Amino acid sequence: MKQVMNGDFAASYGAMSALVKYVAAYPITPQTLVVEKLSELVADGEMDAVFSKVESEHSAMAACIGAEAAGIRTFTATSSQGLLLMCEVLHWAARGRLPIVLANVNRAVAPGWSIWADAQDSISQRDTGWMQVYAEDNQEVYDSIIMAYKIAESPDVLLPMMINLDAFFLSHTSEVVDLIDKKDIEKFLPPYEPKFKLNPSEPHAFNALTSPDHYFELTYKMHLAMEKAKKRITEVGVEFEKMFGRRYGLTESYRIEDADTVLVTFGTIAGTAKETVDLLRKEGKKVGNLKIRVFRPFPQEEVCEALKNAKKVIVVDRDYSYGFEGAFFTEVKSALYNKGVMKPLYGMMAGIGGRDVSTGTLKEIVAKAEGEDPKNPYFIGVKL
Amino acid sequence: MTDDKKVELNKVSDYPEMPVSLGSMLWNKTSSWRNFKPVIDGTKCIGCGICWKFCPEPAIFPTNPPTVDYDFCKGCGICISECPTKAISKVDETR
Repeated sequence: MKQVMNGDFAASYGAMSALVKYVAAYPITPQTLVVEKLSELVADGEMDAVFSKVESEHSAMAACIGAEAAGIRTFTATSSQGLLLMCEVLHWAARGRLPIVLANVNRAVAPGWSIWADAQDSISQRDTGWMQVYAEDNQEVYDSIIMAYKIAESPDVLLPMMINLDAFFLSHTSEVVDLIDKKDIEKFLPPYEPKFKLNPSEPHAFNALTSPDHYFELTYKMHLAMEKAKKRITEVGVEFEKMFGRRYGLTESYRIEDADTVLVTFGTIAGTAKETVDLLRKEGKKVGNLKIRVFRPFPQEEVCEALKNAKKVIVVDRDYSYGFEGAFFTEVKSALYNKGVMKPLYGMMAGIGGRDVSTGTLKEIVAKAEGEDPKNPYFIGVKL
Repeated sequence: MTDDKKVELNKVSDYPEMPVSLGSMLWNKTSSWRNFKPVIDGTKCIGCGICWKFCPEPAIFPTNPPTVDYDFCKGCGICISECPTKAISKVDETR
C-alpha cells in the first residue's frame, strides 16, 4: 500500500511491518517523529508491541538488550548525541550477539550545537561491532529495517544492525513509500527464535567474566559473523527483490561500466551524485557513481570490482576522522590496497554540518579531481 | 558447591553462538578474596531468609538453616550484620 510519509515515519512503519514486539526509545531531534509515531501505533493497537519510555538513550539500548536477550524482537531509534550516549551499550549489544535493529538519523555532533545532516555520529560508532547501512531515500529506510531483522537474526550472523538516514533530507522530507502487507512479511521474515534466551527454567550465564583464554576467540567469531553477513545481506537482498521488486545490495553502481571518473558516495548524496552523473554525461564526461550502502561489514570485494576500470576515484565524505581524513575515503583506499588495485584517489569532505551538497557541488568536486593530482584531504566549500 | 564439570573450549567451533555459559565461574572461584568466613549457627537461626536476601553474590542458599557457598563468598560480612538473631559468626581465615 503506497503512502506519502517522511523518513522518520518510514522507520516507524519499518519496525511495525517487521513485527517488532518491543520498543524502548528516547526522543531527540530529528528522530523525534520516529518515537512519536511508534508510540501512537502501539497506543492505537495497530502495532502489537510494548513501548517503554526511558530516561536516556543509554537506558533505551539497555532495555532493548534485556528484551532481546529474553528472545523478543526489539527496535530503537536515535540520533547524534543520543547515539553517542548509547556507545557503551552498543558494544554490549554487539558482543552479546543480540540482533537488535536501530534507526539512526545522521545528525552533526555538538558543539557548535547542530541538528543538521552529518554522519559523524554513526561513523564515530564504527568499531562497536554493529552492521551499518546508509539509506538514500525513505523507501530504502523502510525496506532496510525489514531486511535488517532477517540478516541480523540469521544464526550465522547474530549481530545488531544500524540503519542510517540523513537528518531532514530524509527524516523530514515526504516521499511515496510502498508499505508491505503483513501476510507477505510473514512469508519473508520468519519469527525470531534464538538458541539462548533468558529463561528461568533453562538458566545460562550471559556475558559473564571472560578470561584472556577466551575473549580473543569471541572477537574472532565476530569477524566470521561479519564475513557471513556480507553474503547474507546479498542473499536477503535477492530474496527481497524477488518478493517485492526492489533491489538492494552491499553497493549500487550507476553508469560505472565505461566511467573514467567514479564518485563514491553514501546516503542522500548518492541520489544527488546520480543526477550529477547524468548532467556530466550530457557534457560528454564519462562519470559514474558507486553508492556504498553497507559500511560495516565493509564490502571490499564489491568496491574493488566496481572501481577496477576507473582512472580516478573520488570519495565524498559527510564525516571526518579528526587528524586524518574522511572515514569512507580511508576504507575505500584500504580496500583497494588490500586487493592490489592502485589508482589516483581523491578524499573530498563535503556537506559537513548539514551544508547542502548540490549537483553544483559535485560538479566542482569532479572538476577539481580532473584538474590535479591528489592533495588529500579536501575540504570542499570551506570559506578560506 | 559448584560441580567441577569442565567446559571444553579448545577451538573456535566449540564456542556457542553467543557468549553464553562459557564456564568462567566454574574456574574463577572468588573465595580467596576472603579474610574471614561467615558461619551459621543452626540453633539460633529462625529461618527468616534475611541473609539470603541481602547476600550480594548471591552465595547463600535458602536451605533451612541457610548454607553458604564458600567457593564464591567474598567475606563482605553483610549477612553477619543483618542477621536479627546474631546466628552468623565471623571466623578468621587470615593466612
